Amino acid sequence: MSIDESDIPALARGCAILGTGGGGDVRTGSLAAVRAIRAYGEVPLVELADLPGDALVVPLSGIGAPTVGHEMIHGEDEPERVAEEVERLFGRPPSAIMSSEIGGSNGVAPVAWAARLGVPLLDADGMGRAFPEVQMVSMYVAGLPADLVIMSDIVGNVVTIRPIDGLWSERLARAVCVAAGSHALMADYVLTAGAARGAVIEGTVTRALEIGRATEGAADPLGALRDRLGAVRLITGKLTDVDRRTTGGFVRGAATIEGAGDERGRRLTVELQNENLVAVEDGAVRAMVPDLITIVDTETAAAVQTESLRYGQRVSVLAWPCDPLWRTPKGLETAGPRAFGYDLDYVPVEELTAHG
Amino acid sequence: MADLRIGIDVGGTNTDAVVLGADGRVVAKAKRPTTRDVTGGLRAAMDAVLAELEGATDPPGASRPRDEPGGGVRSRVGRVMLGTTHATNAILERRNLGRVAVLRLGAPATTAVPPLSGWPDDLREAVSAGEAIVPGGHYVDGREISAPDLGAVRRFLDGVEADAVAVTSVFSPASDEHERLVAELVASEYGLPVSLSHEIGTLGLLERENATVLNAALYGVAAHVTGALTAVLAERGLEARPYLAQNDGTLMTVEHAARLPVATIGSGPANSLRGAAFLSGVADAVVVDVGGTSTDLGVLAGGFPRESAAAVEIGGVLTNFRMPDILAIALGGGSVVRGRGVGPDSVGYRIASEALVFGGATATMTDAAVAAGRTPPGAAAWRGRLPAAVLARAAARQNGADAREWAGDGPGGPPVAGDGSDGTPVAGKGRDGTPVAGDGAGGTPVAGDGAGTIADILAKAVAVADGMVIDAVDRMALGRSDRPLVAVGGGAFILPGRIPGVSRVIRPEHAEVANAVGAAIALASGRVDTILPAGDSRPKAIERAKAEAVARAVAAGADPSGVEIVDLLEVPLSYLSEPAVRVHVKAAGPLAR
Repeated sequence: MSIDESDIPALARGCAILGTGGGGDVRTGSLAAVRAIRAYGEVPLVELADLPGDALVVPLSGIGAPTVGHEMIHGEDEPERVAEEVERLFGRPPSAIMSSEIGGSNGVAPVAWAARLGVPLLDADGMGRAFPEVQMVSMYVAGLPADLVIMSDIVGNVVTIRPIDGLWSERLARAVCVAAGSHALMADYVLTAGAARGAVIEGTVTRALEIGRATEGAADPLGALRDRLGAVRLITGKLTDVDRRTTGGFVRGAATIEGAGDERGRRLTVELQNENLVAVEDGAVRAMVPDLITIVDTETAAAVQTESLRYGQRVSVLAWPCDPLWRTPKGLETAGPRAFGYDLDYVPVEELTAHG
Repeated sequence: MADLRIGIDVGGTNTDAVVLGADGRVVAKAKRPTTRDVTGGLRAAMDAVLAELEGATDPPGASRPRDEPGGGVRSRVGRVMLGTTHATNAILERRNLGRVAVLRLGAPATTAVPPLSGWPDDLREAVSAGEAIVPGGHYVDGREISAPDLGAVRRFLDGVEADAVAVTSVFSPASDEHERLVAELVASEYGLPVSLSHEIGTLGLLERENATVLNAALYGVAAHVTGALTAVLAERGLEARPYLAQNDGTLMTVEHAARLPVATIGSGPANSLRGAAFLSGVADAVVVDVGGTSTDLGVLAGGFPRESAAAVEIGGVLTNFRMPDILAIALGGGSVVRGRGVGPDSVGYRIASEALVFGGATATMTDAAVAAGRTPPGAAAWRGRLPAAVLARAAARQNGADAREWAGDGPGGPPVAGDGSDGTPVAGKGRDGTPVAGDGAGGTPVAGDGAGTIADILAKAVAVADGMVIDAVDRMALGRSDRPLVAVGGGAFILPGRIPGVSRVIRPEHAEVANAVGAAIALASGRVDTILPAGDSRPKAIERAKAEAVARAVAAGADPSGVEIVDLLEVPLSYLSEPAVRVHVKAAGPLAR
């Protein structure tokens, strides 16, 4: 199958849902994707199984300050420079582009990058959701060495980093990003299709599309979305408090939702750090990272991003299981509740919500 | 003695005009239907208010020099302030728009999303003379992305047929040099008017660029408005200085408006908020402006409209210039009432012939309110115009009110039982529009009892409408319940006497023309939105930004000696090499004499 212009709105909606409150605004990426498809044609969506074992897959993402990304938008040629560097290093061009992070803007923008390069988009990503830090990717959890980062900035500089580990990878990439004006395109890990098996989360582009389409024309968008996600509805009510601070580049805080209708008297608090991480009711945790927690508009079932949370909004909170990879010991060590500073032992959302 | 001011506000249904005296009192007021060309309604409202003014100020029996336009009370009108929808209509209807050469400075950055991406095709076709992204622009820290390529600018402009040029440079709200450079080039070599994005919007390239292009497309409309207003004044022998209202509740001279027409979009709600503050004497309040078709809710903070944090869509185009934070709901005095609820359709200006109280055959929200004992000031007699059976049923309903429980349980807020002051049942409303009010004893329509059924429908409509208002007030109040609610607009009488979430409901005199009053009393303002270093140079940089805001207020028409900084906001930015803050400064002051 291919992704054409008409798929972009649904893809964007789905990516916003998978962003669990973070991952960045999908709007600019959507405009870039539509533009690139018009200019360069539809983007084939391929499965890992379709690719030969030695085919190169390049996971791409935009990194930097959101304020900057909104003003100094990507140049069209940035992916081309990354691809050229990949070919220089590996002696063959990329066979497919992959989203590093399906949740939020980095889920939609790769359609534009793949269209520009004339290569397929891999139906997979490195998170199955959104996470704030570079090492919180499936490739790291799967034990692939973090030994190659390629960055391309808006004026044409290309920087290749050969870090000794993930820590240095993050540190050096951040320094380059700041020097480049706090905005760059990054390939973190370049994989062969063979190495990608088991190290990426497959089917997530299709899933984002299906999620986005589930609410199209639905009489009950919230119910349709919940069914599609296999999610538990934690509460439906009104946002009564948003405590939000920006520290060290991250938005931290909590959102409180008070139940309405049949759920009057209940109160759910969602702890957030860019993404929604832990949902608590009456002192009991109802869902926690790496399971997905998304706040949606009760009427339209559209995702409400962390920066858009506002008192008085009528919202519902949905929670559903993460990819099994995140539930492994290494997965939980990388992106479980303790990786975000919560003194909690991970319990899957299915168990937390099994009895009411 | 030029001690009088005329304020005019063009709304969707009515064009209102007021004359204010030097002491701020309303000397005369008038309401006329808005016409499609806008200017016709403007003339009619102006004539009506001048006639009332002359009637009000002349001693009884005195002969008036009507045929001497320069004489009499008209010569005392020193200023005329107009809030108009010309610009909004031009964009919504794609009429009278200029062709704009759209120029962006930023290449090789930003090429992934070219100008006008996401615009509706017909608007783009009506507005764009061509688009180009040329080298130029700045990084967040003030370095150049590249030097501005003036050769490329010339090549682009040589190849387009345009009425105006819109220039948007990356990070121009912090570094405006490249935009200014191009403006000089265009003025000296092409003689075309130029819109510069740093004068129009804030950070967020695409939204600021969109607003800048719309601004450039509106130059012709701005000239038309200025011409029409000047002509209306001249025809009536008024030697008043004209001003236009802008969307932050302040005024600008017509000369300034000619350069910034996009700022007139959304001035109506801003005017009504400022007028509400003036008429009620309250600076912090929730303001509910009930019109014929819709109700606008806004919040006054320190006498000015609270501004929207979200991007604003105009004619299908996303922009990011300052707009009052307005929540509009489909409820007005002319909203049609049926068994299933209220509106969203309205009889609009036809209310004077179609509503039941005016002898028409359509049950409207006005009829529902009147049946519930809510009438406009001085219109208590309207109740007598409702069919007798409706009144009888309404009376029975009120007598039995305490025996029944009308409870609302929508997500909109606490359930409210019958409002003691007028016995009106109040209900919440579900998000899906379904009224969730319990129905009372009289709720079951009786076959053959047409009037009784209408009475039930009207009573239910009041409950639904109150629920809509309560829900909307709760959304706008952001959890604060200590502020009053100021009810304004021609349909304000449909609001209940008590509303949960506010300390009290204030109904100021002349509330039905609050928007025109708001236009008449407005100040002139200027603002700056930029990025400054957070280090040692910050205090000096902030002083410079303040001085720039004051200079812009003076340019808009303010008296230099009366300008004050009314708003200063600093937001630290993250992820940058050098610590930096985003600074927003607003200055405002009374108009220069």
